[in-house]
Amino acid sequence: MNKNKQALQVAALKNGTVIDHIPSEKLFTVVSLLGLEHMGNNITIGFNLESKKLGKKGIIKIADKFFCDEEINRISVVAPHVKLNIIRDYAVIEKKEVYMPDELRGIVKCANPKCITNNEPMSTLFHVTDKDNGIIKCHYCEKEQKKEEIVIL
Amino acid sequence: MDNKSLVTIAEYSKEKILYMLEMAKQFEKDPNRKILEGKVVATLFFEPSTRTRLSFETAANRLGARVIGFSDPKATSSSKGETLKDTIMMVSNYADVIVMRHHLEGAARYASEVAPVPIVNAGDGANQHPSQTMLDLYSIYKTQKTLENLNIYLVGDLKYGRTVHSLLMAMRHFNPTFHFIAPEELKMPEEYKIYCKENHINYVEHTDFNEDIIADADILYMTRVQRERFTDMMEYERVKNIYILKNKMLEQTRPNLRILHPLPRVNEIAYDVDDNPKAYYFQQALNGVYARQAILCDVLGIALQDIM
Repeated sequence: MNKNKQALQVAALKNGTVIDHIPSEKLFTVVSLLGLEHMGNNITIGFNLESKKLGKKGIIKIADKFFCDEEINRISVVAPHVKLNIIRDYAVIEKKEVYMPDELRGIVKCANPKCITNNEPMSTLFHVTDKDNGIIKCHYCEKEQKKEEIVIL
Repeated sequence: MDNKSLVTIAEYSKEKILYMLEMAKQFEKDPNRKILEGKVVATLFFEPSTRTRLSFETAANRLGARVIGFSDPKATSSSKGETLKDTIMMVSNYADVIVMRHHLEGAARYASEVAPVPIVNAGDGANQHPSQTMLDLYSIYKTQKTLENLNIYLVGDLKYGRTVHSLLMAMRHFNPTFHFIAPEELKMPEEYKIYCKENHINYVEHTDFNEDIIADADILYMTRVQRERFTDMMEYERVKNIYILKNKMLEQTRPNLRILHPLPRVNEIAYDVDDNPKAYYFQQALNGVYARQAILCDVLGIALQDIM
């Protein structure tokens, strides 16, 4: 009975994208990374929902929106294990995962205060030099950072 | 974006390095030519550096180019808050090539992406200084007649030394054996030792510096051990006199040994070394003009065959 009530909290989508298994503490960063606050679509956001896998999770349902790989892979920096469900006519037609792209443009702040990107109006650009260990390198100042230490812009 | 810019020596393949050294060699034969006549070279030094600036300006002047620029950032519009991009765009209207030194890392890379003219990086913060590496390579090439299979001894501040890191990376093509001689506080950082392993570069580390250790050196590259770099002052006091080269230490060294230093030299090379024929640091600075002439011509699309 409780489970049904919880399921009702997050309504079904006719067409669109569901992003599931977002670690709760990362939910709002994901919202911001995808620029959802600037969209006009019908969006449902679930926060601190019960999850067997994560304990607490977040979920986002965006009606009538389908993301290209480039857009959705931005999430991989903060939440690499999210699961995407692509919905058409109330049915899941595709399940996707995100993967770390080779480049991160305009997402991560450079930790080097002497980097040009922190002193000039411009986008940051990082190359992912080691996907397994999550090491990224600034295209401009060439300094490396670990994924865990990064600050999202 | 301009592909002809020179931002870092890492962009140069082995063939390109040898090509540029050949070009420098041609310019050494005759550095006074009109090949850049009608061109304007801008030297934008947002951070002061008399030596590098004079070297580039001499290189340009001897090739017939005219030089404009600034060397005091306080006098420029940057102090009024103009962005780097705007400054570069404006100067691109006047000059055919921009040589820039900036205190921020990545400045040259960014400039090369926004400027309609080629950019030559004359130093961006603690990051890259490719023209120094080119003149170091040319000096080694000239004095050893080859770049292959040499014993290269790097002495002094290997932690913060931009020039030693850059030289290390450029030499990866040529099968060197490096000897790193530095105090514990200033030893070669782990990332560069990893770089050596990944690129199959042999290296040996030492903390002592004496005539026995340097006996097999082909090149002795001296750098200054700066007081400001030490967190432990007692450690500084202990080591400050160890990494000093004295003439007596050179008695058992190889006849082809040459002593290099990116300059300015303070006390790490004793003055009694200056008269030793193995002292090469002043000719090294002169080689800077030829190396920079090669760089200026290359970024402006002038090929080796055009100058032979």
